Amino acid sequence: MEVDQVVRLPRLSRVAVCGGTHGNELSGVYLVKELLKEERKVMEEDEKKLVSVLLVLSNLPAMQQCHRYVDTDLNRSFTHATLNDPISDVAPYEVIRARELNAMLGPKGSPEAVDLVCDLHNTTANMGLCLIAYSDRDWICMHIFRHLQREMPDTPIRFIHFDIADKESFSLDSVGKHGFALELGPQPHGVVRSNIYTAMKVGVQHMLNWVRLFNSGTVFEGGFVDVYTLIKHIDYPRDSETHNITAAIHPHLQDRDFCLLHPEDPLFQTFSGETLTYKGNEPLYPFFINEGAYYEKGIALYLARKRRVVVPAIQVQPEQQGFASKKEE
Amino acid sequence: MSSYSNTARVNEARRVAIFGGTHGNEMSGVTLVNLWMKNGIEIQRKGVEVKPFITNPKAVEKCTRYVDTDLNRAFTPENLSAPTGDDLPYEVQRAQEINRMFGPKGSPEAYDVIFDLHNTTSNMGCTLILESSKDYFNLQMMNYIKKAIAPASCLVLLNEHPLLKYSTSRSVAKHPVGLEVGPQPQGVLRSNIFEAMRVILKHALDFIEMFNEGVEFPPCSVEVFRVSERIDYPRDANGNIIAMVHPNLQDCDWEPLNPGDPMFQMFDGKTIHYQGSGTVYPTFINEAAYYEKQQAFVTTRRETLVASSIRKA
Repeated sequence: MEVDQVVRLPRLSRVAVCGGTHGNELSGVYLVKELLKEERKVMEEDEKKLVSVLLVLSNLPAMQQCHRYVDTDLNRSFTHATLNDPISDVAPYEVIRARELNAMLGPKGSPEAVDLVCDLHNTTANMGLCLIAYSDRDWICMHIFRHLQREMPDTPIRFIHFDIADKESFSLDSVGKHGFALELGPQPHGVVRSNIYTAMKVGVQHMLNWVRLFNSGTVFEGGFVDVYTLIKHIDYPRDSETHNITAAIHPHLQDRDFCLLHPEDPLFQTFSGETLTYKGNEPLYPFFINEGAYYEKGIALYLARKRRVVVPAIQVQPEQQGFASKKEE
Repeated sequence: MSSYSNTARVNEARRVAIFGGTHGNEMSGVTLVNLWMKNGIEIQRKGVEVKPFITNPKAVEKCTRYVDTDLNRAFTPENLSAPTGDDLPYEVQRAQEINRMFGPKGSPEAYDVIFDLHNTTSNMGCTLILESSKDYFNLQMMNYIKKAIAPASCLVLLNEHPLLKYSTSRSVAKHPVGLEVGPQPQGVLRSNIFEAMRVILKHALDFIEMFNEGVEFPPCSVEVFRVSERIDYPRDANGNIIAMVHPNLQDCDWEPLNPGDPMFQMFDGKTIHYQGSGTVYPTFINEAAYYEKQQAFVTTRRETLVASSIRKA
């Protein structure tokens, strides 16, 4: 392997693992609580201090109520505008909390921000394990993804790219220099399923192991990642007066996340039994099919294009090249 | 075999209600009742008034289980007889209103039958909930429904337990029937779950129509699962949950749980085993709403109930 083909990236000194960003997504809540219990033991073992891990419970009042949020969705409150524009005394709780988290883990876009944010989520959709990121060329995130795929071959693992400009990025994971949401489903909100919790725990452990390996100089070989890039969403058909939904996800589509949806395939089944079909002109990959929290956002499912992205080999920058770390493009 | 003198005479079921939204985030019932309030042709039957009704509109509006307190625990004698007032919790006010409209509970004026539609995150399939082993009308109806949907399954859960029984919205009626269909996450509408509930109600209403027309239903035996014990999650000294339903038990509602079988898995991976004295049949395994009620699952015992033949009075 030629040395000049390896992309050198700054060390990941500080990694944040966040749970309870949505208070009823319980795998992350219980996992962060468990990691906090184990923290003392972990810190003793990590003598060389290969990485500093910050464990965060993002939205305690929402967790207390076992609701997604108290006033407004915390995971939509991290746009530059929401973080920095003037706010009134009666700002929603989550806007205030987002600013606290930004101060703790950011500030977003600055050199002081943590190197990596891993934000833990669950979904009612049958999505397996997904890494959701804003970039399809953040080699750190993509190598972590490849590592998880290698280490967890029995788990369906996919990489989702939300093609949103940095200015518009809205979620907690956008606060770090690198970041992604670790999304696991299916799990009902307010429930912890042992298989989902265990997959999340194992995923986080492998992620942190990868960071330690990276920081100690391991070269990670290049390869391919199949990236699902979000193109659009489709809402439920709704009653024009009440705005209530008038159909459910069709039984043939329910639970078939990432199975290619072709034009004319069944999409919804109305309450009178009629089938409504997909009217797009290209086949796309559906995901977040029937996510409970998205009814109020007007999203029945998302649709993505899949393409293969070439990922270069990477290695940590050697210590003497100690420039202030910049967010890698 | 049916001797005329052993046939129970039961009053016609003239007034029937279908309750949806008793828990505002259990979407099958909310959706069905809203549908039928708009167009009730599907639930019309000769000789009976069938009223669809949203019991907890504020909770439905917020897509939450309840606003102040669980409506399906609120129909206690204390609540129903308390002086009316705006300072009462919202659901207690609702319980009093529902008791006025569909009761009073225990009186001759009460509705004959109330179907209360629920969903659960547990893998319970279609479940009918019975509150009295002596309600032959309900037993006969449940027997009819089970036969009508066969080979699809519909099990009967009997909650007659003196301590674990609770004061449900349907308890206002002479013949309360709970319909519990899962698994479905809260706030989610799954097409298959919705259709299953719809089919059960169709058969239930057919039964009532036939009964009112004078059909005699011969004696029958019905297998039921009788609620025995509530099992909570293991907790630490501060009351925090420290283990999850074990992967071997998750989704295994109605399957035998034997002493020594895995029951919980701690967050660090350790297994906790069932220590009961005999085989039980767990259900409501990992229901989201029950974490706060200190219930990981309930154990049941299988029993066969016999209903005498019934005919309208």
